Amino acid sequence: MRIPLSWLREYVDVTIPIDELAERLTRSGLEVETIEHIGGAQAELPWDPTLVLVCNILEVSQHPNADRLVLATVEYTLGSNHTVVTGAPNLYQYKGLGRLTHPLKSVFAREGAVLYDGHVAEKVKVTLKGKPVRGVMSDAMLCSEKELGLSEEHEGILILPDDAPVGMSLLEYIGDTVVDIDVLPNMARTLSLVGMAREIAALTGQSFRLPNPTVASSGANANDTIKVSIAAPELCPRFTASVVRNVTIKPSPFWMQRRLIMAGMRPINNIVDISNYVMLELGTPNHTFDADCVAEAHIVVRNANVDEQIKTLDGRTHMLNPSHLLVCDTTQPLSVAGVMGGESSEVSDRTKNVLVEAAVWEPTIIRRMSTAFKLRSEASKRFERGVDPEMLELAQRRLCQLLHDYADGVVAPGLVDVRSAPIRQISITLTSAEVKRILGLDFTATKLCDLLTPLGFGCTVNTSDSLAVIVPSYRRDVSHTADLCEEVARMFGYDNLPSTIMADELPAQRTNLALEHEHFVRDVLSGAGLNEAITYSLTSLASAANLDPAEAEATNYLRLANPLSSEREYMRRAILPTLLESAAGNLRERGSTRLFEIGRVYHRRADAILPAEPLRVAIVMAGQRTNASWHDASPEAIDFFDIKGVVELLCERLQISTIRIAPSDADSLQPGRAAQLIARTAIGEVVIGHFGELHPLARERFAMPAVRVAVAEFALDTLLELANVPRYTSISRYPASSQDLALVAPVMVSAETIAASIRKYAGAALNSIELFDVYTGANLGAGMRSLAYRLTFRSNERTLGDDEITKLRAKIIRGVEHETGAKLRS
Amino acid sequence: MTIIDQLADIEQAALTALMKIDTSEAIGEWKSNYLGKQGAIAKLSRELGTLPGDQRPAAGQRFNAVRAALDEAFASREATISSAAQHQAFGQDAVDVTLPGRLPVVGRLHPSTRVLRMITDIFADMGFQVWESPEVETDTLNFGLLNIPEDHPARDMWDTFYVETAPGAEKVLLRTHTSPGQIHAMRAHAPHPVRVILPGKCYRYEQVTTRHEMMFHQVEGIAVGQHITFSDLKGTLIGFAERLYGVGTKTRFRPSYFPFTEPSVELDVECFLCKGKGCRICKQSGWLEVSGAGMIHPIVLRNGGYDPDVFSGFAFGMGPERITMLRHGIDDIRWFFSGDERFLQQFV
Ligand SMILES: [Zn+2]
Repeated sequence: MRIPLSWLREYVDVTIPIDELAERLTRSGLEVETIEHIGGAQAELPWDPTLVLVCNILEVSQHPNADRLVLATVEYTLGSNHTVVTGAPNLYQYKGLGRLTHPLKSVFAREGAVLYDGHVAEKVKVTLKGKPVRGVMSDAMLCSEKELGLSEEHEGILILPDDAPVGMSLLEYIGDTVVDIDVLPNMARTLSLVGMAREIAALTGQSFRLPNPTVASSGANANDTIKVSIAAPELCPRFTASVVRNVTIKPSPFWMQRRLIMAGMRPINNIVDISNYVMLELGTPNHTFDADCVAEAHIVVRNANVDEQIKTLDGRTHMLNPSHLLVCDTTQPLSVAGVMGGESSEVSDRTKNVLVEAAVWEPTIIRRMSTAFKLRSEASKRFERGVDPEMLELAQRRLCQLLHDYADGVVAPGLVDVRSAPIRQISITLTSAEVKRILGLDFTATKLCDLLTPLGFGCTVNTSDSLAVIVPSYRRDVSHTADLCEEVARMFGYDNLPSTIMADELPAQRTNLALEHEHFVRDVLSGAGLNEAITYSLTSLASAANLDPAEAEATNYLRLANPLSSEREYMRRAILPTLLESAAGNLRERGSTRLFEIGRVYHRRADAILPAEPLRVAIVMAGQRTNASWHDASPEAIDFFDIKGVVELLCERLQISTIRIAPSDADSLQPGRAAQLIARTAIGEVVIGHFGELHPLARERFAMPAVRVAVAEFALDTLLELANVPRYTSISRYPASSQDLALVAPVMVSAETIAASIRKYAGAALNSIELFDVYTGANLGAGMRSLAYRLTFRSNERTLGDDEITKLRAKIIRGVEHETGAKLRS
Repeated sequence: MTIIDQLADIEQAALTALMKIDTSEAIGEWKSNYLGKQGAIAKLSRELGTLPGDQRPAAGQRFNAVRAALDEAFASREATISSAAQHQAFGQDAVDVTLPGRLPVVGRLHPSTRVLRMITDIFADMGFQVWESPEVETDTLNFGLLNIPEDHPARDMWDTFYVETAPGAEKVLLRTHTSPGQIHAMRAHAPHPVRVILPGKCYRYEQVTTRHEMMFHQVEGIAVGQHITFSDLKGTLIGFAERLYGVGTKTRFRPSYFPFTEPSVELDVECFLCKGKGCRICKQSGWLEVSGAGMIHPIVLRNGGYDPDVFSGFAFGMGPERITMLRHGIDDIRWFFSGDERFLQQFV
């Protein structure tokens, strides 16, 4: 809401500096967004009060040497005569008329004045200097709006109204300050000059002046000439109408146009401007009909009929249904109630008589219609937040007065005023105890009364700690004691209330193991060299299909009803597709990528409208294993075993033992380099997820270069359930003894089979087993592989003897050979 | 020439020779030449027997003194030589310490995660525990139960992504704020007091720009009990601001509007970039908005299962991305969800 200070001062005295006022407003919930100075010292373009003046143009004559220029004789102080060269087209018509019988008022700038250059698009300041223009000395200027910084208008010079006082500085005449305030939805009462003034009066201890216009009326009484019927009383609690005859359509007065412009509205003509002016002044949106277009002079407020239509002022036609509310005559709709007028009764240049509507509407119907028809207007904005029903009579008087004064209208006596539903008055009992319970501070009833009364609340102190509060009609936002507590706090000052540490009982504390583990996994994975990414939960089927075409089944996905783009249309069912998109970018930019993400995925459920939101962890690694450096100019590329190492590390750090890794046939992974993580649980084995190298086809679909891309995605909530607290194992004081063992077996016998067999036959004396060489070669025979293990033996009780170790070694070899078919490599 | 004179000559010659020696081989040779079993001093000492008996003890002492002096000179010279040798070896082993080190490969946490942890840690110290709730919610939970009925102008404050549902089914949406978690948490705890913090992803139907994202994190906190006041809310938020921005950080509490709180408040802290003087980041106001908060609206308390005449509570919310952007001077929110490691690698 833009508030010109000069206008505001009609209703309240502003006695404090503007910056202080702005801070007070901000601290009371009316956040000042900008303070715009017009003409003053702080303005973008200050008008020098000695150099930029209101003037009289006495005579206009042709420039002797230039067709498109004229010479204006200007009076800027009484009796002065100054010749100004100008090319303003709006002066051409006065050329050669000699002394003007009706001198023109304009703005005169003398040498030294700083103005905007009117000839360039940007705002460029120039200092006015005297110089001959085509042989005639020019050291002053008549100014356009653009040169003064008032608007972009540069077609002609600014013509001021006849009553503008010659010689007065322009700053004094129209200099101003406009405060722009962000009005929150519960502050509807301040969507007007008087509403803002009332609030400021209460905040600054000044008195508030409500205008009280008087109207000269004549002719037939409005109640005898028009009729108003309300067929939807619950949607239209009050409707008023007045009649003004013989209006003249013309521009509105200069001062009104200035105020509208400063408040952010464009002047149109006197009728439209007066309507807007009263809305801004009193917060009462209103509508002016061409009275001669209202059939039978009968206004009917009713719901729309099925398939009814209306063409609104913006030229659009809207299809209506019975949920819509209309202002009609006896034959057709005239306007969408409270939202926008219709074309059929629009005020035009030919309009003679007008019917002025000021009404209040049920806020939700207005919001529903303005949303449905995409007709958000200044009027609908006010109606959907609530308009003061008791302001209508005053608004009508103001409208009629202005139509009389500035449209030459003849106002019909009488106001048609239909109150179709009683306006409910709210009364609330407020106690000191309740205020203390909510705000934490003791206030006596008298103090509460003192705080609330300036805002217009009717307070009656019942006892020292209780008062009855009657809510004024313009405070539709107040209905609970909590609302009054806010008003008390606001008037007292939020910053003046105490700050305390909660003394209330501390709620029972509980563990949140899942969250702690989730944090831990983030730390483990970042410690393993992976950067944490967070990618969009919203994705496309195409992206899902890039990983696995079978995943692009729309019926499995939650789809947005109103997506912003087709790229972000579906809720993801897996993390990898969006993470791989990021990884592809990183591979292009940096030649490597190592990312993980922990987040939710969204799975539709047949038996519920809301999806399951399981937690997942996904990993992508590709490119060089370490950053190339002078230590290692070309590090090896990441492959399957890098991601497997991360998976093993994660399981080890979480102390998960009830898990195994097996080959996987996941379609998104390269066959033979794909594994799955399987958990052993009470209900049997559960696949927690897959990892391995991305299938080359998938890699190409993600437009990744031809490097091995190692990926993993696991059900993190399932994985975390398997986590354990580490158990300490005692550390032996006795020396270790190690043995190397190379075993040759067919390649299809997995390494894990052999290692498990070694562990089984080695028993408790085996301290560690480390695979240190894997070898395949022609000398072993086709399809054969040698696995070399270093076994470390150690006892907690004694030093193991050489013969003991030798026996154990023989036992292991026998057992493993028997169980797996492996042979000791000779 | 007496034996003693000869001894003096040998000592003098030995010391002169020693001073010229600078290798460990030569000093070894020197040692055997002078101090060895076949060395010059040993040879001369054999002639001690030729001396008269009364001169022998003095001469013997003299021999011992010379030996000791040469031993000492030897040790000193040897130490000098070996130190010089080691010094030379160090010189050959020296590195250019300005060459880059071998960097361990370590990843970074997302900056939002860091800031979320900071926030939850601060509130944990005040007794707030983390509570998580779904991201996909019903219209009723996201709006209705929070005192934001359909057709309420306050709905303009949240542009919403809706999820396709069967005709006639309840409206489902992506939560626009973490506030539906308030209802979940209150219903899980009522009638016992509750003090939880609700972090999580939220979504807004909003064109993505440098300052606005369609997805973002929010942290919401609520405390409900029988003696919780607006003053407690102020104390809690001031405590938070002082933990995050330093003790003595100036705060400003401004009345605000949220349908689910009454009274409502906006917490500003003094802009730490310009110390309140006004800069581009704080839009010349000298203040930065940190949190929207308020006393939980009686209707919302009732929807959460509490009797609003007996219980009261406060709620607050804040945006970790905004705090992160201010903390690190990030000028474009779009990097947060890009997964771009040029961005992620900049944080700790
Ligand atoms: Zn600043």
